Amino acid sequence: MYVRAYGKPKSIYGVFERKPGDPRTTHYCPGCGHGNVHKYIAEAIDDFGIQDRTILISPVGCAVFAYYYFDVGNVQAAHGRAPAVATAIKRARPDSIVISYQGDGDLAAIGGNEILHAANRGENITVFFINNAIYGMTGGQMAPTTLPGQITTTTPMGRAPEREGFPLRVSELLASLEGPTYIERVALFDNKSRMRARKAIRKAIQVQLEGRGFSLVEILSPCPTGWGMTPAQACEWIQKEMLRYFPLGVFKDVSATRPPVHTAASREAMPLPSVASPEDIFALLGLEGVESVSPPLMRETEIPARYRNPRIKVAGFGGQGVLFLGRLLAEAGMRQGYHVSWLPSYGPEMRGGTAHCHVTISTEPIASPLVSRPSVLIAMNQPSLERFEPEVIPGGLILYDSSLISTRPRRTDVETLPVPATQIADQLGGAKAANMVALGAYLGLTKVLPAESVIVTLERMVENRSLLELNVKSLQAGLDYVSAR
Amino acid sequence: MNVERIEDRGRVEILEDQCKGCGLCVAACPVQVLVMAEYLNSYGYHPARYVGRGCTGCGVCYYACPEPAAITVYLREAAAVRA
Repeated sequence: MYVRAYGKPKSIYGVFERKPGDPRTTHYCPGCGHGNVHKYIAEAIDDFGIQDRTILISPVGCAVFAYYYFDVGNVQAAHGRAPAVATAIKRARPDSIVISYQGDGDLAAIGGNEILHAANRGENITVFFINNAIYGMTGGQMAPTTLPGQITTTTPMGRAPEREGFPLRVSELLASLEGPTYIERVALFDNKSRMRARKAIRKAIQVQLEGRGFSLVEILSPCPTGWGMTPAQACEWIQKEMLRYFPLGVFKDVSATRPPVHTAASREAMPLPSVASPEDIFALLGLEGVESVSPPLMRETEIPARYRNPRIKVAGFGGQGVLFLGRLLAEAGMRQGYHVSWLPSYGPEMRGGTAHCHVTISTEPIASPLVSRPSVLIAMNQPSLERFEPEVIPGGLILYDSSLISTRPRRTDVETLPVPATQIADQLGGAKAANMVALGAYLGLTKVLPAESVIVTLERMVENRSLLELNVKSLQAGLDYVSAR
Repeated sequence: MNVERIEDRGRVEILEDQCKGCGLCVAACPVQVLVMAEYLNSYGYHPARYVGRGCTGCGVCYYACPEPAAITVYLREAAAVRA
């Protein structure tokens, strides 16, 4: 009678619903080390009994598909950003076990900054860093970890340190920081080294479980395909070549002495300094004396239903004040007690480039500041109208500067409001106040915010007296333009 | 009934159609009871194969194998104390 002693961990799916074909094998090449590391991590998750609260961050690189294999919570991060994503998840869900799984291109090249700061903050996360000295997925280009003399597709004559610099020793680098708790480099080339890797992986997770902070295990891992070797040769190459530059060992371990500050008990015992009160925040923003901080309900106001809770895109040339317009809207909305967001988007040019911003004014909390389907488009020039017109939702509003835009919007399922904003502002003494004319027209039409609230905000935002006057006059002109229509 | 087989401490099961023929388990096995098959599996790899006797159930092949579910190692009940 035999009993199962070693086999597929529970935390690895039985079927990988990746793509048509065999759903039971990984997409990794024969002899690739990723599968081994997957198994060791999954085994540790099983043994610690943490499958239901583990969240694994997949990187960009060969292991991008890790979420097809690990039966845990999964998030796939942008290239190199896994430590930042892991940080956010761990802080939002401190009882979860957060594992960042990254390769050397991901962690040491594009994500070098992310890992450095996550480690330095001592985030209570676990990072598994697969170092195979190459960009495997994209076809074997040089990575920061490529050895001197190593031939890759981008160093066909071998990496020359004089030309391409030296390999980055991530473990040594991070171990020099105060923040990390446990850092070890292991390898996968023979039975003993694999067992050592398995042990280090367990320890790194244990450190997080105990709330003792940041741990990272660097794993020298074979990439037979990228190296142009058989799996056996690849193991030999790790032992003979990689170890010379990347010595194995524990580079930092303060897990025995570092207090477990990241546990639920210590969070309770030592709460973080409390956040500022709404009054403090209002005082900080110069909003003292605002009477009500509770959102007025738009449905009970005089705002027509179709204009309520607007999601606005303001677009134009850099220098036309579209970002300012958006900020003014958001701040005035905040003064009225609404939830607001303002998200600018602009090129490097201060003037002459194009700029746009996303503004949301809402009675409900705002999930994302991004406005990809605006209900209102304020277009201050021709390219902006052409670019954003298709995004406006049916029944939405397009307000555009008809003194600069000669063609009418093509859409027939939206309301359009042409306003000769630049012309009006120019007559008032400054064409650059066209943004205020447009804003006045918008408020005049929709009643989303009272003009007084915007003027009070303007007074706070614009210090120059004459400019302030021009702005207020232009705003009023916009209001008048709409009511005289 | 095969008496020698019953006396083996362990038994290894290799799912040949999940094997990519990398040979790491064959190289890893301390008692050399794994071989590469002469034949090809459905992917066109020569899969690893257990010769059918001599397994000690040490689990080394399991840890050497990169595929999650290709290798399962069994221990005779009396010996089944997890390493």
